[in-house]
Amino acid sequence: MITTTDLTKVYRSRGREVTALDGVDLHVREGEVYGVVGQSGAGKSTLIRCVNLLERPTSGTVSVAGQDLTALAGRGQGAGSALRRARTGIGMVFQHFNLLSSRTVRDNVELPLEILGVSGKERTRKALELLELVGLGDKAKAYPAQLSGGQKQRVGIARALAGDPKVLLSDEATSALDPETTRSILQLLRDLNEQLGLTVLLITHEMDVVKTICDSAALMRDGRIVESGKVTELLATPGSELAQELFPVGGVASGEDRTVVDLTFQGEAATKPVISRLSRTYNIDISILGAAMETVGGHQVGRMRIELPGRFEENVVPIGFLREQGLQVDVAAVADGPRANPTPLLKEGAK
Amino acid sequence: MTWSDMEPLLEQACWDTLYMVGWSALIAVVGGLPLGVLLVLTDRGGVLQNVVVNKVIGQIVNIARSMPFIILMVALISFTRLIVGTTIGPEAAIVPLAIGAIPFYARLVETSVREVDGGLVEAVQSMGGSTWTIVRKVLLPESLPALISSATTTIVALIGYSAMAGTVGAGGLGDLAVRYGYQRFETELMWITVAILAVVISVIQFVGDLAARGLSHRGRSSVAPRLVLLRGRAPRAGEPAAAPAARETGPAEIESVEPTKVP
Repeated sequence: MITTTDLTKVYRSRGREVTALDGVDLHVREGEVYGVVGQSGAGKSTLIRCVNLLERPTSGTVSVAGQDLTALAGRGQGAGSALRRARTGIGMVFQHFNLLSSRTVRDNVELPLEILGVSGKERTRKALELLELVGLGDKAKAYPAQLSGGQKQRVGIARALAGDPKVLLSDEATSALDPETTRSILQLLRDLNEQLGLTVLLITHEMDVVKTICDSAALMRDGRIVESGKVTELLATPGSELAQELFPVGGVASGEDRTVVDLTFQGEAATKPVISRLSRTYNIDISILGAAMETVGGHQVGRMRIELPGRFEENVVPIGFLREQGLQVDVAAVADGPRANPTPLLKEGAK
Repeated sequence: MTWSDMEPLLEQACWDTLYMVGWSALIAVVGGLPLGVLLVLTDRGGVLQNVVVNKVIGQIVNIARSMPFIILMVALISFTRLIVGTTIGPEAAIVPLAIGAIPFYARLVETSVREVDGGLVEAVQSMGGSTWTIVRKVLLPESLPALISSATTTIVALIGYSAMAGTVGAGGLGDLAVRYGYQRFETELMWITVAILAVVISVIQFVGDLAARGLSHRGRSSVAPRLVLLRGRAPRAGEPAAAPAARETGPAEIESVEPTKVP
């Protein structure tokens, strides 16, 4: 649905060059929720703004719904009518909502319809219908200043949907909201994704967002995508940074002759009493150093860091048993290795 | 000089001032508005970024604004004759007044329009809006209260300038105060004229502020504080001081104060 090929963006200011995007290949399938995460300055914002060409890429192509937007853009600075028409099929939601303070909620939602040239009566009908859809049917006559942050974002979403887009771009849509409101907005996005078959590309620095609604995710660093794929598959990938960030499990070995093992449970394995079986079968004491269990896209997924007595050589058989149970097993090489002290990937606050 | 001597003078002067300032203000708004918007659009990072156009307009505005009004009036004499067919009287004063006020208002428009959040422009661009849509649906409506305040400032400045219009025999209140009051030592008349000017300017400022506040939907309350004062603050008596504070904070801050209730 959204494909970027070798996308590069270089900013030039006062003779200095800053590479914001360095050959980004992104592929978002139709009907999925795709999250791009990364630190501030990693290029996520530039990437999403390149998708609807609010930002002109230096090189590379962007195509949305089979249409090559970079070809429509032409050479000039302004947006030609072909590009503008293509943009009407791409909704966008912003971190700071960007609602017009001079217009009522209903008029804000009508704005994209005015641009599309929809007649007055039809605009009103559609706007009220969309406000009903986002749960703000009673706020049509209010001004944005009278709404709370979560309500404003709902208006922003209703507005983004007014042109019946196939694709919704979300630029840190929940980063200015409190956790509870964030959850309700994410739920709304998920519902829209399921009900309308909307493809959602969102960027965020909050891992929780990815965990809650994303089917697929990509991790960006220094303008490159360092890891990407379906969330469930990423979790099953040994040494995946995203998986580690989604389910950080801490804890260091308590002594020299101990083996630290990271387990990832998925699907059926998540429901089996694997640890107690391991303990009974091999008669060993297992300590749990850290664990996280979550539901990702309707599947139960968990990670656990356990400690087995004895060195790795002595634990080959129990580890083999764990693998047989369908778990993904990563043996932490040394207690003070990189996995034991995971460097925090995402510390950034709301911009 | 008795009141019966002064009255017709004052009446004529009031009408002359109103006539000159009214027309020149109208022309200044019509001319300054597009110029100010163009200054923002063509600026670096603007929708129609064009450094050359921006610098040229900016320089013209600067030169026009740096010229003392009395010099401008003399410099424009032949142009005035071309436009209105005469170089004396209120009609003749309108031309230099308007031309002096256009760049003045243009700069104020530029400042007001620049205040509009760039995110709003981006939002409309992402909907497929054209530059004209951005100007008509975002920049002008969003800056309307500031544009009205700027127009008020321009009108008040024009009343000041119009005092100099006596040089071309245009009359008006300022001219009356200078010629009769100051030059003929009619101190009484001078003070009356000054008092009328003070009242006129206060009324214009008041109406301008009222209109600007009434059109602003940024805050919680669209009621002008001065109206509340007129009503003896009765409607606000029970309200905590939070309401005026909310007007000061931006939308981003407000939401943290008030958690959402979503069904």
